[in-house]
Amino acid sequence: MLQFDFMRYAFIAGIFISLICGLMGTFVVARQTSFFTHTLSEIGFSGATFGIFIGISPLYGMIIFTLASAFFIGLSGERLSRREASISVFSGVFIGLGILFLSLSNKQANYATNILFGSIVGININNLYSLICLSIFILLIIAIFFRQLAYNSFDAIGSQYNQRFNTVISIIFLALLALTISITAQIIGSLLIFVLLTIPASAAKYFVHSLKKMIFLTTIFSLFGIWVGLYLAYLTDWPVSFFITVIEAIIYASSVLFQKVNWVKN
Amino acid sequence: MNPIIDVHGLNLSVQGKQLFKDLTFQIPANKLTCITGENGVGKTTLVKYLLNTFKHPSQNVNLSVTSKETQYVPQLRNIDDEFPLNIRDFVGLGLKKAVLPWHTAKERLLLRRILDETSLSAIQNRPLGAASGGEKQRAFLAQALCAEPKLLILDESTASLDKDSKYNLMDLIEKLLQTREITVLFITHDPELIARYADYDLILANQKGQLLRKDRFSHATI
Repeated sequence: MLQFDFMRYAFIAGIFISLICGLMGTFVVARQTSFFTHTLSEIGFSGATFGIFIGISPLYGMIIFTLASAFFIGLSGERLSRREASISVFSGVFIGLGILFLSLSNKQANYATNILFGSIVGININNLYSLICLSIFILLIIAIFFRQLAYNSFDAIGSQYNQRFNTVISIIFLALLALTISITAQIIGSLLIFVLLTIPASAAKYFVHSLKKMIFLTTIFSLFGIWVGLYLAYLTDWPVSFFITVIEAIIYASSVLFQKVNWVKN
Repeated sequence: MNPIIDVHGLNLSVQGKQLFKDLTFQIPANKLTCITGENGVGKTTLVKYLLNTFKHPSQNVNLSVTSKETQYVPQLRNIDDEFPLNIRDFVGLGLKKAVLPWHTAKERLLLRRILDETSLSAIQNRPLGAASGGEKQRAFLAQALCAEPKLLILDESTASLDKDSKYNLMDLIEKLLQTREITVLFITHDPELIARYADYDLILANQKGQLLRKDRFSHATI
């Protein structure tokens, strides 16, 4: 299996994607903004089709769209992104735009499925390089602002009063989220990104309760899902996203079970 | 008297409603001052206005502390039953002086001391969501103490607590005042607590404020 370049690339990409999802996923779940993350990945889809439409790389199209939305939401307050109505409006409009750009650009429908559901065969060495560079950039920014991001994510109200430049920190977080979604889309697809950004962290919080352990376990859950998913996809020729989703769902189900058992024991 | 907050001639209105007119008072340093008044008189609004003067200075307010030396413990926090982070790490969010992603040895020492002081050491590994109301309030207080504040503002911290937890928290605050250089502003409705713990009482009514010195009966009984 590893004699194929694209499989090797996919396994390496998996390491970086799970590192970012370990950190960002923990923050996303702490902020309870899972649905906004979903919306942002739909915005990413329309960004990618926009990129194809105007003839730039879909990755850049995604980055432009998701970053712009992140700044917009950051400036108008994250509360807006939690409102059910605004989530529906944003999702609808951006999926609509995605379909429009796709039809205007005269690409075939399989282009759309690639963007939406990811494609491991599509990864070449250049994709891998841009993914690694952007991942290292994201990890660096997280390392610099780690404490502020953690305070801002786990204690939204406390940090609002006691952390300086708290609004700027929120915007930095959303920008990081936009970048994460854009680069993860290459492997798992824009529609299923939020699987990796929310499920592993939601499962981890039932097993462990310290910040370090949560990040570590979330990373492990993501990596396990991606690697085993890649392997099973190779064996069966079924889509990798399907396996990743199912594996993460099983991990989540067992975490809930684990918590119930613990609860009964005590 | 050596004031830590000096407010003179402050007019404050919110959404067209005048809350204070020519408000003047001074908060003495290193004492516990309660802020009392009817619901809707503007206690929290006043405190938030004072906090905002760090960013947008006002001619009517003089603060002799910086924003880094001030910690505000808000009345409501969105901590539900499922809140996953343990008490130790939640309190540690208040450690902000170093830049490193992990805590320095000095910070770990400070954190351990504060957890001891607030009687949270035994339950520090428990998720905060599973803690009782009193434990949560102690954790909020402990988080604020991590910033080593000179001015600590507590907004109705005892409002949802039972009698024991209430006195427990107030005894703790009283101890803090004795062991470090700290000024505590405490917004409350509870006359018993004011009588027992307050050094001063700032009574807000009719758009004015009046600072009363209290003779604490806890002093009398000692």
